[in-house]
Amino acid sequence: MSDPVIRFTNVTTVFSRPDGRGDFTAVDRLSFEIAKGEIVAVLGKTGCGKSTMFKIVAGLIEPSAGQARVIGHDPFREFDFFRGKIGIVFQNDRLMPWRTALDNVLLGLQILDSDPKQAEDTARAWLTRLGLSGHETDYPHALSGGMRQRVSIARAFAVDPEILLCDEPFSSLDEMTARDLRTEFVRLVRQTDKTAVFITHQIKEAMDIGDRVLAFHRPARIAYEARLNATTSDSDRQRVHDDIMRVLSAEPAGTEQGV
Amino acid sequence: MMTMMKNTRTMRALQAAAGMIVLAFGWQILSMIFPHYLFPPVPEIISRTVEVLITGSLLVDVLLTAGRIFGGLLGAFALGGILAMVIGQSRTAENFVAPILTFFQGIPALSWVVFAIIWFHGIEFRVLFIMIMTTLPAFTFQILDAFRSMSKDLFEMTMSFRPSRWTLFRFLIVPTIVPGILTAWKVNLGNAARVVVVAELVGATGGVGYQLLRQQQLFDMAGAMAWTLQLVLFVLVVQQVITAIENWALRYRAVSERAM
Repeated sequence: MSDPVIRFTNVTTVFSRPDGRGDFTAVDRLSFEIAKGEIVAVLGKTGCGKSTMFKIVAGLIEPSAGQARVIGHDPFREFDFFRGKIGIVFQNDRLMPWRTALDNVLLGLQILDSDPKQAEDTARAWLTRLGLSGHETDYPHALSGGMRQRVSIARAFAVDPEILLCDEPFSSLDEMTARDLRTEFVRLVRQTDKTAVFITHQIKEAMDIGDRVLAFHRPARIAYEARLNATTSDSDRQRVHDDIMRVLSAEPAGTEQGV
Repeated sequence: MMTMMKNTRTMRALQAAAGMIVLAFGWQILSMIFPHYLFPPVPEIISRTVEVLITGSLLVDVLLTAGRIFGGLLGAFALGGILAMVIGQSRTAENFVAPILTFFQGIPALSWVVFAIIWFHGIEFRVLFIMIMTTLPAFTFQILDAFRSMSKDLFEMTMSFRPSRWTLFRFLIVPTIVPGILTAWKVNLGNAARVVVVAELVGATGGVGYQLLRQQQLFDMAGAMAWTLQLVLFVLVVQQVITAIENWALRYRAVSERAM
């Protein structure tokens, strides 16, 4: 069996409180592995440390203890190694307001010094694929929330990353738009054979998207894990759903807030 | 919508013109009450103003002052930009530099004029020094504010692509600080125009300030007004140019239909 694409070994992250009154633990000895091509949905209540785990994988913060490895490398210390290897779709679209839809999709390709003509063709193709043909020259303020999030998905896919990280990307959208984008997203991930980590706080969304669902307690540690696939029966799905509900409801009170 | 915008602009222009006409009318009335050497008639002021603009030897003084303003502002902008970037990335640098700039901000422009006359011989260097010292703190703090207002979300998003420092600067930092830079130029332009006149009045042999000094010595109020108007016109023209640049550079901003 090939090496896991993402491996966390006893990862702990402790932050100082902004008011200077001591520390709080956002991630507590977290260990898990994600194989190539897997879509893993990470589930947990708000503030359980999902986003901190996400930022560790993205190399944006360094764990206080333990080891995080992505494609066999340290994502924080070997930051430049991951150029073009990780694509991120954030909770809010994070589009640059001064760039048009096309220029926003081009951003990653420009940072990676791609050939300008080829980069533009790629960006246009991704916008078309996500149903935004004709909106290339629109600025973000002229697009709806769903369209802006499509642009951010196009931006993440355009650099053809090995790993896609998604931090509750559809949580601010209406249910219909979120459902359509979710379906589209899973189809694109499967088509392009990416490994994806999808963070959400909705059980149904996690089960719709993930090959595997990890439910976190606060501070971030795995409280429940389930594998799902197309052949999983409705009754099994219902059982997993109930188990996750039970696990998340049983979370101890008075735990620390994550980041 | 376009027609509505045009109407609003025309209305604003008419209101502004009406304000100026009332001011000119009031001045004209004063010129009828008081002697002309105190309140010269408006037509005389206008004719003297036009005379400066169309007489090469006089226009040179206006251009000289304009050059000094631009030179000083460019120098302060470049230095202020570098200082702001250094301060923005290092708390130690901020602790060291910010109090000095705040101290400089408290020194009156006239004091800098006196220091420059005592310290330096060359007129142009004196004026440049005064201009830079009086506008540097404002440029630095305004660019620093713009840098600090950079969105953390956009920074993290850009960093996720692993840009080089130069790429980060080009793609994120520059567009983020452009609105602040343009505002800083607008604010400092007015300050610089006032300071340059003081500097020229005391220590120069040419320029609008020097000409104002001459008009004072000749007790020529119409001349003093004409030279003052040169500076006002210059500031207004440059402000309009900056506004045009601002409208182009910030065209991506959404405009509320209600606000129009």
